[in-house]
Amino acid sequence: MLAHLPVLQVILPLIAAPVCILLRRATLVWLFATVVCVLTFAISVVLLVQVMGGEPIRYELGNWVAPWGIVYVVDSVSALILVIVSGIAAVAMPFALRSAASEIEPDRLYLFYTMYLLCLAGLLGIAITGDAFNLFVFLEISSLSSYTLISLGRNRKALHAAFQYLVMGTIGATLYLIGIGLLYALTGTLNMADLAVRLAPLLDSRITLAAFGFIVVGLGLKLAMFPLHLWLPNAYTHSPSVVSVFLAGTATKVSLYALLRILYDVFGVRFDFEQQPMSALFAIVAVAGLVICSLVAMYQQNVKRILAFSSVAQIGYMLLGVAFATAAGLQASLLHIFNHALLKSGLFLAVGCLVLRTGSSQLANLSGIAREMPWTMAAFVVCGLSLIGVPATAGFISKWYLVSAAIEKGWWPFAALIVATSLLAVIYIWRVIEVAYFRPASDRPAGSPPATEAPLSMLVPTWIIAAANIWFGLDASAPAAITARAAKALMGAGG
Amino acid sequence: MTVETLLLVIVGLPFAGAILILMSGDRPNQRETVTIVTAVALFAAVVSLVDRVGAGGTASVTVVETLPGLPIAFSVEPLGMMFALVASFLWIVTSFYAIGYMRANEEGHQTRFYACFAVAIGATMAVAFAGNLLTMFIAYEILTLSTYPLVTHHGDAKSVRAGRTYLGILLSTSIMLLLTGIIVTWILAGTLDFRPGGILTGKAPDWIVIVLLGLYMYGTGKAALMPIHRWLPAAMVAPTPVSALLHAVAVVKTGVFVVLKVIVYVFGIDLLNSSGAGEWLMWIATITLVTASVIALTKNNLKARLAYSTVSQLAYVVLAGALATQWSILGGSMHIAMHAFGKITLFFCAGAIYTALHKTEISDMRGIGRLMPFTLIAFLIGALSVAGLPPGGGTWSKWYIALAAAETKHLIVVAALMLSTLLNIAYFMPIVANAWFVPRAAKSVGAMAAPVEAGGLKEAPLFCLIPLCLTAAGCVALFIFAGEVQDFLAPMIDGLSTKAR
Amino acid sequence: MTDLIIGLYNYWIVIILMMVGFYIVMSRQNLVKSLIGLNIFQTSVFILYITLGKVTGGTAPILEKGIKLYSNPLPHVLILTAIVVGVSTTALGLALVVRIKEAYGTIEENEINRMDNES
Repeated sequence: MLAHLPVLQVILPLIAAPVCILLRRATLVWLFATVVCVLTFAISVVLLVQVMGGEPIRYELGNWVAPWGIVYVVDSVSALILVIVSGIAAVAMPFALRSAASEIEPDRLYLFYTMYLLCLAGLLGIAITGDAFNLFVFLEISSLSSYTLISLGRNRKALHAAFQYLVMGTIGATLYLIGIGLLYALTGTLNMADLAVRLAPLLDSRITLAAFGFIVVGLGLKLAMFPLHLWLPNAYTHSPSVVSVFLAGTATKVSLYALLRILYDVFGVRFDFEQQPMSALFAIVAVAGLVICSLVAMYQQNVKRILAFSSVAQIGYMLLGVAFATAAGLQASLLHIFNHALLKSGLFLAVGCLVLRTGSSQLANLSGIAREMPWTMAAFVVCGLSLIGVPATAGFISKWYLVSAAIEKGWWPFAALIVATSLLAVIYIWRVIEVAYFRPASDRPAGSPPATEAPLSMLVPTWIIAAANIWFGLDASAPAAITARAAKALMGAGG
Repeated sequence: MTVETLLLVIVGLPFAGAILILMSGDRPNQRETVTIVTAVALFAAVVSLVDRVGAGGTASVTVVETLPGLPIAFSVEPLGMMFALVASFLWIVTSFYAIGYMRANEEGHQTRFYACFAVAIGATMAVAFAGNLLTMFIAYEILTLSTYPLVTHHGDAKSVRAGRTYLGILLSTSIMLLLTGIIVTWILAGTLDFRPGGILTGKAPDWIVIVLLGLYMYGTGKAALMPIHRWLPAAMVAPTPVSALLHAVAVVKTGVFVVLKVIVYVFGIDLLNSSGAGEWLMWIATITLVTASVIALTKNNLKARLAYSTVSQLAYVVLAGALATQWSILGGSMHIAMHAFGKITLFFCAGAIYTALHKTEISDMRGIGRLMPFTLIAFLIGALSVAGLPPGGGTWSKWYIALAAAETKHLIVVAALMLSTLLNIAYFMPIVANAWFVPRAAKSVGAMAAPVEAGGLKEAPLFCLIPLCLTAAGCVALFIFAGEVQDFLAPMIDGLSTKAR
Repeated sequence: MTDLIIGLYNYWIVIILMMVGFYIVMSRQNLVKSLIGLNIFQTSVFILYITLGKVTGGTAPILEKGIKLYSNPLPHVLILTAIVVGVSTTALGLALVVRIKEAYGTIEENEINRMDNES
């Protein structure tokens, strides 16, 4: 049983998804999906503990030997991503009960849970697989289900956002597919470890270069790398709240993980950063995304949109860490993947509570809401502080590592930039806080329903995440140890 | 209880108090009892800690290892103990005062007020006993954030604007500069612990030391060095007890405490002198202390005048740090305590005048001496102490700072100190003189006329009056017992320099 | 030169199809037309994979006496998966277009954008 955990990790939600259609009754489906998510989370935690205690796990599907069969690899990097994805999925489930019921038509609820589990399976698959083509399949499973999830939003804009995402996402995935095809033409293998070995003497080939370009752009689209992020703000804004929580916490990060896997494990550090100008490229898109999207976030009138643009900006931090091309920088990136998943999902959870009670995420509708929903707004403030990077929150730890990595690398202006952009975060987060705490409730548009505190089933998950933000701000030794090891593994593998 | 546990209790007590205050929400009496009990218990704990450890002793405790090699830890040393003693004592006094003030003025959101107050004190304790820069930084930011609701207490447009200035300056300086400084220190020195003699000696070239000092000094926005002092006057929109404790004691003193602590235990005065890093800081501090005094002279609002006076007095402490001699560090450390007592007295008086007569402008305060004699006497003592004249405790601290300036042959600085004292007299004494000797303008008598004509007093409630008399007495006591303070700080002063005295 | 054009004709077809598809996706306002463009774009990749696996003179990879030369079956199998993905994407895309038509009353992107901006 224990030996089969890697495959169970993916198979469980994958098989559970169609079962949801059979169960049909909304509450029953919810219960089932929750159990599945919690089990998935438990599996990923066990896997993480196993990996941290010993060697990486290689699981050969159907006992087909590695380069021919598909292999699942659980090392410290993928185990970390697995925990993040399944953790967010599990925490969002209790929240979904009320939130989804209020935002999605009742006769479609069971389909929502089906898609949710499918999306989960896809994201976990990306994280765990050691096969480049298998990665594409999981990428498409998660993408197709997330297009559906987004389109479930109440507003008709959700449909349009989902369609735009579908077009962009499919282009991205297809570009990735081309890249993989070229690599296969060159080496005759799809297994990542095998690819790395066979590609090593062929790194000067123009086909390698072309494949590299296709893959970086393709995955760049999926991870909303500036300026390929245009699909993201609309998708996050108009999707149902639970979906925003889940996608904001996981989707772009898993794509970034996929990019890192390919960059480090297949092409290798030397190719990426010495032969190709990836440092410069990542640094430029990271800085541009950070500055521009933070500025844009300051002028939005919808809280979800503010957070969506902030997400694109925060991806800039993760890319910046990679751009340093050092183990310290990579570790900072991985830490920020973890911390940002915590804090952004916390923010979207709080916004989900606000949407449930006020029916809108427009700033104008949230005037003085803190008096009626003090706990929700307190959680928003905690996660917002974490986003800013105030000490004793998780976000601080990422800033600490990022700035240290920048200084160690000797890139002083970037260190200054990292701290300066967190001040932009202060501005857009504080706009929300001032409206919620200081504007009188009478400023709300006429006809707004009176609000009350969110139900416990939503408050508890929100506060679990908020508390985790504080916990991992005070005691970051576990994530720091995991990411240090993960960074070392990634840097070493390709070298 | 071991000393280590006691240390944790001291830091944890105010936070526990805050939770209890929140839980006793709409029962004012219970809420205020909790505040007072917590404050007294905290002071007792600090006293017992001082008693156990003694002036020269040390103790430290690690709470949790945040990052590998970077724990959240607390430790005891004389400067921190003195700061904790002052802050926890004044918290008791302020709690009584706040009860009187908040009830008399029928302020809203009192539960939030007392809870945030307690958190702010907890953060101050954590700063005072921080065992390394990381812990100090975390506590520093908690202090900023917990005082934000206090500054914006009234919730109107003016407070929100002031809150923006407050948070904007304090957060941006600390995140941009202080955090960068700490990370650079971590990379250079490999440790963030406070060690006598500093941790940076021999670790970096002089120009980096100079830049680093700049990062620390301007990163500590709470020390209100010009030109980042604007948050302090802005924060005066808060209710007076907040201004009194936080902007005369906890917040600003945390700022200068961090400055001194960084200079003494991170740089070390030897490094500061050998690298010449202190030079520019000394000039900035001198300019700040004179300019702020001049601005204070132009302010007609009493709290605004006190605010600029605070900016000026904080610069004294920074100047003391910049001079970096044993005398100046002693003077600067003492000034933290001396000025705390003096300034809190002045703020209490301002609040008492507002509570009793609803006056905020100095020009309206003519002739009020006969209405509020006790308040005005306390005001006089507080003003003397802040200005550095007997019988106020501030005499001694300013004396040592001036001595250090003379010793290092910075005659312009000595002259600036003299000038500033004159300015202090110029902006405080007219208030007192007018209150006593100028008859009240007929126009302003108005509704308040009746009790005056009856020859009665119009003092603020006893809850306000007794605390301000207490702190005024404290100023005098500090003048008399300054030697004790000096002895208490002696172990730190002895460890300052590796060179012979 | 002829080798470059004739010898690699399959790649040229792939590139032309890819560009045609990409152009349609980017330039058409009609959502159905963008989907068709997306399909052409994907199809070009399918053809890329299929021609990759073809070995000149090779036959289907079935073990039979006397046959030595096989085409590589793996790309063909892979692309079968990709085709399935492509079909589902198209299905989902068309379903979305139907819903958009119901909600907006149009499938012209510029009109939809206008309506989005108005509300």
